[in-house]
Amino acid sequence: MATSMIIKKGLFVITGAMMLVILYLIFIWVPTEKNLGVSQRIFYFHVPIAWVGFLAFSFVLVGSVGYLWKRTSGWDRLAYSAAELGVLFTTLMLITGILWAKPVWGVWWTWDPRLTTSLILWLIYVAYLMLRAYSPKGDQGARYAAVLGIAGFIDVPLVYMSIVWWRTVHPQALIGPAATGELDPSMRLLLMISTLTFTLLFAYLLVDRVSLRRNEEEVEVLRGLIEPLR
Amino acid sequence: MTGFWPTVAAVVWKDIQAELRTKDIVISVLAFALLSLIIFNFALRPSPQLTPVVAPGVLWVAFTFAGVLGLTRTFVLEKEQGNLIGLLLTPTSREALYVGKMLGSLFFMLVAEAVLLPVFAVLFNISPFQPGLLLIILMATLGFAAIGTLFSAMAVNTRSREIVLPMLFLPIVVPIIIGAVVASGTALDGGPWSDMVRWFQLIAVFDVLALVFSAFAFEHVLQE
Amino acid sequence: MATDGEDTGGRQRGRSCQAEGMVEADANAPLAIEVKGLTKTYGPQVVLRDLDLDLAWGGFLIVFGPNGSGKTTLIKVLATISRPTRGEVRVAGFDMKSNPGAIRRNIGLVTHQPLLYDDLTALENLKFHGRMFGLTNLEERIEKAADLMGVSSYLGRKVSILSHGMQKRLSLARAVLHDPPILLLDEPETGLDQEALEMLGQMMVSGDRGRRTVLMATHSLEKGLALGNQVAILAGGKIAYHEDRALVDEAMFKDTYGHFTGIAS
Repeated sequence: MATSMIIKKGLFVITGAMMLVILYLIFIWVPTEKNLGVSQRIFYFHVPIAWVGFLAFSFVLVGSVGYLWKRTSGWDRLAYSAAELGVLFTTLMLITGILWAKPVWGVWWTWDPRLTTSLILWLIYVAYLMLRAYSPKGDQGARYAAVLGIAGFIDVPLVYMSIVWWRTVHPQALIGPAATGELDPSMRLLLMISTLTFTLLFAYLLVDRVSLRRNEEEVEVLRGLIEPLR
Repeated sequence: MTGFWPTVAAVVWKDIQAELRTKDIVISVLAFALLSLIIFNFALRPSPQLTPVVAPGVLWVAFTFAGVLGLTRTFVLEKEQGNLIGLLLTPTSREALYVGKMLGSLFFMLVAEAVLLPVFAVLFNISPFQPGLLLIILMATLGFAAIGTLFSAMAVNTRSREIVLPMLFLPIVVPIIIGAVVASGTALDGGPWSDMVRWFQLIAVFDVLALVFSAFAFEHVLQE
Repeated sequence: MATDGEDTGGRQRGRSCQAEGMVEADANAPLAIEVKGLTKTYGPQVVLRDLDLDLAWGGFLIVFGPNGSGKTTLIKVLATISRPTRGEVRVAGFDMKSNPGAIRRNIGLVTHQPLLYDDLTALENLKFHGRMFGLTNLEERIEKAADLMGVSSYLGRKVSILSHGMQKRLSLARAVLHDPPILLLDEPETGLDQEALEMLGQMMVSGDRGRRTVLMATHSLEKGLALGNQVAILAGGKIAYHEDRALVDEAMFKDTYGHFTGIAS
């Protein structure tokens, strides 16, 4: 018990500190991009948030496969918690994307492959949360969600590769396996620091949510034991 | 264990028999799709130039929503009379049960689409009998049936199943819908096969993935 | 706790069935039903808690319990419809985790729901079930089962127009169509008229292979005590009491039942 408290507190402190650092770096330190201007700074939020969303959904995949295989509730807690965080981060990705689109493209939204597949991704995992809310409790609900958690993951590579396979107005990748452009070293550095920060944020939230979920389950069990005695 | 294909045949035959008696599924799918076509016509009010542009989209929206309706009904029938339990009690492979239900759904959807297509041709003033279009319809409907059967078996056990099935189904089949609409548009315009090939490939890959995944996941979804 | 004298039938039954070429009950399995440490939870709700139960071949066990005690859950687990959360279950000698298909061949289930397709005729329903079980001589078997349950003249009718009692009888015919050596019944006496109840009694004891093994769940003490040669009480998620019928006197049993379930009857 003590070790998980230490981990949680540690993550909280480190994440908090790094957030303050990157706020400074993003708004003050990094040079302004020459083509897109000041609005480009949102890039350092938008891209890491998007990646963390994908990361969250891969945790959902892992938890789902684990649950169907082993049927122990730890895997299910992981999948459910990661799905909640995935929806959170994907929502933020969409919002930051929309905020960036208006000054740069002149429109809030356009139906291009990258945006469309991203919206679909968001919908799939919102459906995951809805499924969990409406399914029978316990093993059955967990199983259904696990099947969806595995099926839905197919959209993640689709989103990532959409800007490679199809013509799109979304900027091409500047870093990573699908990169076609180049990033200034200071920008690349900041991007990596920002990604690390958001990943730490995700880790903190995930650990916290999973242990909270475990407590919630225990309370339910206790409540079930007490009810008949009332 | 009862053989795979005998099981599939028994399930498909049973669904067809039941459907012949009530014509429940085909009628509701047909009625819904027809209403969608008509409403779209009024909503979009396409000029003669605009009609060929919107036609493929309208057709596939109609097919998709009608498909969702049909898929819901195939499992509702089982659930209402407790027959899901009846199926579970048989010494058959769960994959065979999946294939049986899937083929049944596929058959009903194709029947409804076959009736709908001439109506569509009349309302939108186009000629639908192109091999490209027919092939697309077949492949896309297969994709719908493949993943829809799996999700329908889940949805039938949830609250608000009428909203759960579309919520699960529609985002996942979007690649099929996109491919079908674009390829249908090309086919209706009399465009070359080479333009349509990549969409056929996309839908074919999706179909295979959906069938394999659903067949294996079905087991996990059927138990209580 | 289970009676001993009845299980010689099991071995003979096993051997005569090999001749039919179907997967058969493991003839060397001493117990028809063997449950160890069965726990079943639905989310936070624990319905069955570390339940143990043994039933030898030829036994006719009545499980008593009030509504909500988990009788239906127990039957569903034994019927392989519900997977145990924890514990070991062997039916007809087959382990539930590794060989559920073989178990399904050897059991017949009767529940509240008729497990019939409303829009099909009685005959079509039976034919469907027969095919799903891969049965040979289907017409013959259907005739026999329908005869046994007195539904032969109704075979051509759609299930939806049959009376509730007829549907129940048809459901029973469906359950014995593949002549299973073990029957699981969940409150079968509800909805049956006197004649059908007698047929039920008949059907439960006479299979092709002699005595069937029966586990029947009910909350009706009178009806249950009138049948069966073993009694058990399901309370607190466990089998709290399991005894030979012959050793139990009605009044005493009612007291025992009240004691375990807190219900005066």
